Amino acid sequence: MASPFDELKFRDPERARALTGALQREVDAAGRTLSLMHVCGSHEQAIARFGLRAAFPRNLDVIMGPGCPVCVTDTPEVDEAVALAAQGARVCTYGDMLRLPGNSKSLADAQSDGGNVEVVYSVSQAVDLARQHPAEQVVFFASGFETTAVATAAVLLSGVPENFSVLSAHKYVPAAMDVVSEMKETNIEGFIAAGHAATITGWGIFEPFAARTRTPVVVAGFEPLDVLAAVLELVRLVRAGRPEVVNCYPRCVSKEGNGPALEKLWKVFDVAGGNWRGIARVPRGNLELRPEWDHVNARRRFRIDTAAVGGSSRNVLAEHCICGTIMSGLARPSDCPLFGKECRPDAPVGACMVSSEGSCKIWHVYGGPPDLREVA
Amino acid sequence: MCLGVPGKVLSISDDGMSAQVDFFGVQKELRLDIVDVPVTVGDYVLNHVGFAIRRIPPEEVGETLALFDQILKEAAAGDLMAEDVRGEMAAGKDAGVGESGRG
Repeated sequence: MASPFDELKFRDPERARALTGALQREVDAAGRTLSLMHVCGSHEQAIARFGLRAAFPRNLDVIMGPGCPVCVTDTPEVDEAVALAAQGARVCTYGDMLRLPGNSKSLADAQSDGGNVEVVYSVSQAVDLARQHPAEQVVFFASGFETTAVATAAVLLSGVPENFSVLSAHKYVPAAMDVVSEMKETNIEGFIAAGHAATITGWGIFEPFAARTRTPVVVAGFEPLDVLAAVLELVRLVRAGRPEVVNCYPRCVSKEGNGPALEKLWKVFDVAGGNWRGIARVPRGNLELRPEWDHVNARRRFRIDTAAVGGSSRNVLAEHCICGTIMSGLARPSDCPLFGKECRPDAPVGACMVSSEGSCKIWHVYGGPPDLREVA
Repeated sequence: MCLGVPGKVLSISDDGMSAQVDFFGVQKELRLDIVDVPVTVGDYVLNHVGFAIRRIPPEEVGETLALFDQILKEAAAGDLMAEDVRGEMAAGKDAGVGESGRG
């Protein structure tokens, strides 16, 4: 029997052609260029990997916003992790955090310097390492949006060894959309919300945003048909002037979200203002451990000496980086003078070149601008 | 790190805290702390960083495809009608849609 999760169902060329045809008609009927933003690296992956930009109408811009938690992790946060490794802690983190540059060093550099840095697939592996090495301090450098933060919350709630602590760089998705909608220069008319974050939070969380900003939001999955259907629906809402939230990913997202997961998330974390790399100070942008978790909070447990690892030095190359402008939707990766030259996946300058979810890395991997119309 | 992948539950540990899950031929152990509803062998779950974050009801896969077809149908209808008529129809149609999963 064929699996009900045969992903080819969501790659059906016939439906895809019908959706792109309808999209073309809707955008033509609008009679102007429309700019939409998605806030998820996995959406940019899907758009680039499946060549969807080539199928979008010419006068439709689908821009990647600040939707990569790795990319918006601020340099001082990386410096803290690098400093902890230099101070002798075993620092565990997700693979895409390894090359993320701090002010002068990344965790990969810390590793080359002899620091104990380990890539883990899951936070529970970091807890296992702490159990296996009771004489060491194991710090989990935690990144990711709320979908990933619930995993961190779950391991803390289920009990961790005394030598385990968390350095949180977790971010909160709804804040990303607030930031962009409040930028005066931006002309984004609709948002595609990240399906997997919404699996946890539920699509209802976007309703106050849509009402306040008068901007429609469509929740989308990550297969080609998911993206095409969501873009079509969003264009229709924009044209009709209806600032509503529509869920185009009902197989994974409900209005209320995952109740038990949300309960765990807010038991452990609280939202707090924080700096997002290249963007600004974002109110409610960070997820910080609540005070009752101070005993597992690396920032409370250790004196972290970031100055010792160049935390206050000046990175001249980074001053030319336009990642912030790219994540705000005001420039494209190929507009950056460093793109593909000084800034490459093996030697990233800006954060967007680091993660497989970063727009510069995705554009670099898929051959510069992944827009077949430009080579047609 | 952000990738969410669906997989099929092959077995569940004795304490009910974790499951062995097949992802297109790759097997991995997932924790079940934060899945939305209890899962059983044969269920499909969405995996995120080693945690099942949702049981995916098989019937909702079909519903998603039906939703795409409905969006297409509505878009095609819009193509043929005058803008004001379309707006009225959409408003009427969508009024009852709120809780049906479309949003």
